[in-house]
Amino acid sequence: MRPPLSQLKNVLVKMFGGANLTEAFQELTLEVPLAKLSATMRQLRDAADCSFDALADMTGVDYQGFTGRDPSAPRFAVVYHLLSTRHNWRLRVRAFIENEKEPAVPSMVPLWLSANWLERECFDMFGIVFDGHPDLRRILTDYDFTGYPFRKDFPLTGHVEMRYDPEQKKVIYEPVTIEPRDNVPRIVREPHYGDEKPMSLPPAETPR
Amino acid sequence: MSEHHYQLNFGPQHPSAHGVLRLVLELDGEVVVRADPHIGLLHRGTEKLMEHKTYLQALPYVDRLDYSSMMANEHAFCLAIEKLLQIEVPIRAQYLRVMFDELSRIMNHMLWVGTCALDLGAMTVFLFGARERESIFDILEATCGARMHPNYYRPGGVYRDLADKMPQYQSSLRSASELAKKNANRQGSVLDFIEDFAKQLPARVDDIETLLTDNRIWKQRTVGIGVVPTDQAVALGCTGPMLRASGVAWDLRKKQPYAVYEKLDFDIPVGTGGDCYDRYLVRMEECRQSVRLVLQCVDWLRANPGPVISDDRKIAPPPRAEMKADMEALIHHFKLFTEGFPVPAGEAYAAVEHPKGELGVYLLSDGGNKPFRARLHTPDFVHLSMLAAMAPGHMLSDVVALIGTYDIVFGSVDR
Repeated sequence: MRPPLSQLKNVLVKMFGGANLTEAFQELTLEVPLAKLSATMRQLRDAADCSFDALADMTGVDYQGFTGRDPSAPRFAVVYHLLSTRHNWRLRVRAFIENEKEPAVPSMVPLWLSANWLERECFDMFGIVFDGHPDLRRILTDYDFTGYPFRKDFPLTGHVEMRYDPEQKKVIYEPVTIEPRDNVPRIVREPHYGDEKPMSLPPAETPR
Repeated sequence: MSEHHYQLNFGPQHPSAHGVLRLVLELDGEVVVRADPHIGLLHRGTEKLMEHKTYLQALPYVDRLDYSSMMANEHAFCLAIEKLLQIEVPIRAQYLRVMFDELSRIMNHMLWVGTCALDLGAMTVFLFGARERESIFDILEATCGARMHPNYYRPGGVYRDLADKMPQYQSSLRSASELAKKNANRQGSVLDFIEDFAKQLPARVDDIETLLTDNRIWKQRTVGIGVVPTDQAVALGCTGPMLRASGVAWDLRKKQPYAVYEKLDFDIPVGTGGDCYDRYLVRMEECRQSVRLVLQCVDWLRANPGPVISDDRKIAPPPRAEMKADMEALIHHFKLFTEGFPVPAGEAYAAVEHPKGELGVYLLSDGGNKPFRARLHTPDFVHLSMLAAMAPGHMLSDVVALIGTYDIVFGSVDR
């Protein structure tokens, strides 16, 4: 029914080389330098061997604070999940964005129309600009919203809260009054934490 | 904007905006020239919230995405976690999941046909649909205690097995004979009730179809309206019934099977025209196919008792009785519900055939007890984005039919 993953892998190795291709959990990930993203995506869509005709998902990732990651490595990445309805396989494509101050990525709207709102959402949430997007506006956040909520340095509580002011007879924005809290701390255990291992006794003290 | 054009704000409090859609329409007479959907009025930042919750605490949030088919949302989220954890789900839990997925599908389509018909001027269908949904709510309540937000699927299986007894109506106002009539199909177990419900459903779908399928008004409002051409459907991002109505036989349950769909026998209805009417026909036939799936699951579940959740104590909590006597079990329980379980570093994308289309969950873990990034890809977000391209040229009243047949729920568009 589904073609084996190795088949897609062979096609991709032939097209792009195997250096940037990783396999995990029966899924393939292709890492592409940002400069080559547009050309690679077009190739992935148009080459008859892959024909990724659908963009299943597109999102941004903010890697700030990712455990075990070099802090000087690029902070933002865009992740695309492609789907081929012809060959029935999927591929994840990731491109890191070197420019942290003004992250910009070429738009995929010319390739897949469904990228339109997905990129608008990514722009809204991460502040990543999509060059060539026909209508790059905020989409989910409030009118006149400032900041990029899904960045890791944006607090979960946000910056402003809204209430109706009976004196001014209108809805007003004020700085948040609730304090940020995390009931369960974020914990990253060492590898193999909790595995059963033989109990070792401390070495017996030798009498002097 | 031309001076001859009229700008109309459709929603966000309009009943046929299906929640909180603010649609800014530019009209030339009654013909739509430009449509600009403004969404986000229900945005709760679910993906951000999930980054601050353990995996178990994040699970109830997915119920609140598409609140008309909750179980299918949970399925995608659990599949993604299970992929990262590399754990096996007991076969009985997989059958239970498929059965509840299909009940969700029936529930979703019953709500859809009801509200869509209501938008287009037929009142009765909504009442018919609500009646069937009520039975499914009762099943959910008997299974997990909640009617709308079950939180029933857990990483590694499902919360618990089906109850042996179906709750019955009790009333001091109704007469004994009336009560006995209402409780007639509630004498046995929950499984018996599900079987009885599934066997009755095709006749109920017939009732709805009698009202709509050959109805002249319904056909005038839907046939030839909002056509998505076959060759553009995939690139536009159509999935699920939207895609199949356009004649593309694509269904993840068949093409990329998960759980036990491979072992079950069902057909995929495919439309030809890609218009609103075909979307209606496809969804009605999907209800009948879901009944077939539910009945097969009922037969299997009756014959094969067994565990419903993984026995890996690092992932799934131990049974209550065990905790009372065993120290180890108590510690496991305590750790699971305070700290949660660590998920190995890595990333996974899991997609299910949600009643509305492909629901994808992309999880990125750095080895912590909380997801580093949880991405929820919902089908109706993409479907709604097509509106700006499809609405121009249609009459104002057809926009209602378009929004109606896209099957949009704002919990899942805005997230």
